[in-house]
Amino acid sequence: MSELTLFLIRLAYLAILWIFVLSALSVIRSDMFGARMPEGARAAAAKRDQRPPKPAKARRGAPTHVLVVGGDNQGERADLTQAPILIGRGPDAAIRLDDDYVSTRHARIAASGDQWFVEDLGSTNGTYIGNARITQPTTLTLGTQVRVGKTVIELRK
Amino acid sequence: MSQSGMIMEFVHRRRRGAELFLLVLALAVGVGAYAAVGLGVEGEIPTGILTYGGWLTGLVIVAHVVVRFVAPYADPVLLPIVAALNGLGLAIIHRLDLSLDTTYARQQLTWMTLGVLLFVVTLLVLRDHRVLQRFTYTSGLAAIVLLLLPLVPGLGTEINGAQIWINVGPFSFQPGEVAKLLLVVTFAGYLVLHRDALALAGRRVLFVDLPRGRDLGPILLMWLISLGILVFQTDLGSSLLFFGLFLIMLYVATERAGWLIVGGGLFLGGALLAYRFESHVRVRVDTWLHPFDFYDDADGAKSYQLVESMFGMGWGGLLGRGLGLGMPQRIPRAESDFIMGALGEELGLTGVIAVIVLYGLIVERALRAALICRDGFGKLMAVGLGSVVALQVFVVVGGVTRLIPLTGLTTPFLSYGGSSLVANWVLIALLLRISDHARRPAPMLATDDDADAEATQVVKMQVDEGANR
Repeated sequence: MSELTLFLIRLAYLAILWIFVLSALSVIRSDMFGARMPEGARAAAAKRDQRPPKPAKARRGAPTHVLVVGGDNQGERADLTQAPILIGRGPDAAIRLDDDYVSTRHARIAASGDQWFVEDLGSTNGTYIGNARITQPTTLTLGTQVRVGKTVIELRK
Repeated sequence: MSQSGMIMEFVHRRRRGAELFLLVLALAVGVGAYAAVGLGVEGEIPTGILTYGGWLTGLVIVAHVVVRFVAPYADPVLLPIVAALNGLGLAIIHRLDLSLDTTYARQQLTWMTLGVLLFVVTLLVLRDHRVLQRFTYTSGLAAIVLLLLPLVPGLGTEINGAQIWINVGPFSFQPGEVAKLLLVVTFAGYLVLHRDALALAGRRVLFVDLPRGRDLGPILLMWLISLGILVFQTDLGSSLLFFGLFLIMLYVATERAGWLIVGGGLFLGGALLAYRFESHVRVRVDTWLHPFDFYDDADGAKSYQLVESMFGMGWGGLLGRGLGLGMPQRIPRAESDFIMGALGEELGLTGVIAVIVLYGLIVERALRAALICRDGFGKLMAVGLGSVVALQVFVVVGGVTRLIPLTGLTTPFLSYGGSSLVANWVLIALLLRISDHARRPAPMLATDDDADAEATQVVKMQVDEGANR
């Protein structure tokens, strides 16, 4: 086999290698921005393929209630069996807080599958996990501290 | 609800088509390398290319179909990168087989099949990575037992000076490779629970918050375990990997630079102790600083391997000698630790950079999954898995290219080594599982109570008006 052919094979292989690298990069680039769609459209899509929720069987180690662990209403609790649990100052809230920094309908704790989520309901002062204000439903695990106003809430066994 | 219809939100697409496209290219990288090796060594396309290519394609298709069904939102780039690296590694091992008359490539293909099988099993069995959080301490215990196994007399064997192998029937297995995955789970589970305590403000010295004395327990324990691996198993690479992994995860969990300073200090102290008291560490440092002094040393040419690989990379230059046209068989054990030397000789700097960029992309995708993951455990696990890959590549490529002293670790997916290959396929399966969860659209919590919630509002307003009057 001639020297030139071997040289061309060498270049061709390096080209294949780099074409692969560059295509991977371009997939990552186009992935960076995802797809944007109006919020309503997704809600409608979710409604369409909504299946009746399976009754969740209680597993060992699964959370059973929500407890207020900090603030004026410390010690107040609500069973997770009555989910979704509304948190706020309003009279219809499952956990009713006397906290000036809490909105009437402040946040909600609900289940999806076998996991628990907290969702802000457009409150004035926001719902925080750690130092981060949440903007979308966020998973809750045992002991995750959720702050609404001056009150701290967490899931307990 | 109606005015929120204008709000646009960010949703990840599934991207399985993009994955398939990249997989086809990855196969071209793997099978193309095999063909180029045949052309370079024997002057013709090898006869086995159809069976070989078919086998590789089959494995890749199985992996892709499983991902499509059980992890539809998973990252589209990880699987193709891994397939390409594995294929390239197989071709280079095959090329060394042709010169040395060994059958490593065949064994490596068997291990790859087992790896893909375990990849599939992991994705099928583990539907939610958070399940692993329940096994925090169990997996920690299992990791320690696995790390101790090679020291059991009769079970452990010493290969190339490192006591890290166990014999199970005809196979020898490196339990440390499995232990690194278990340790990631342990660290993630432990840190996600205790990071608040570890992040508590300690004393502030020169703009840096140093942690409290009583929080130093875990890091000291990890330091002792790493030193133990170094002293009793004489395995420099794993010791560095485990301690570095713990340090990175601790830093990510607590956001405190103080831990890096404490950890870096401990590392330096340990390294100095090891240099002073461990003869094999001193050999590694000496051959790193003065490789040519030991090239044809009277007592056993300690840096022969390192210098041969440097000759190879120098001869390869920018474009390499071409696959099958160099002499990488001169480097002892080029199929495992020194595969980067063989790659540098035959594909040149251009090829080495491409491979390093691919490793960089694996780490980037892991960190990306960690950023968008919704739970703390998954975030820490993705960071941990990404840093396992990053540390391994840094330690071994840095060693081969003489940036840092040489330590024995396998190059992920490229090197010959069954336990490492299988463990790394499982690692990628775990990363895909986490990224699938992270990229899945946020669950819709809008439930049936919306209608009566609005009714409640109206009633309440009337009550309010009544009260005002």
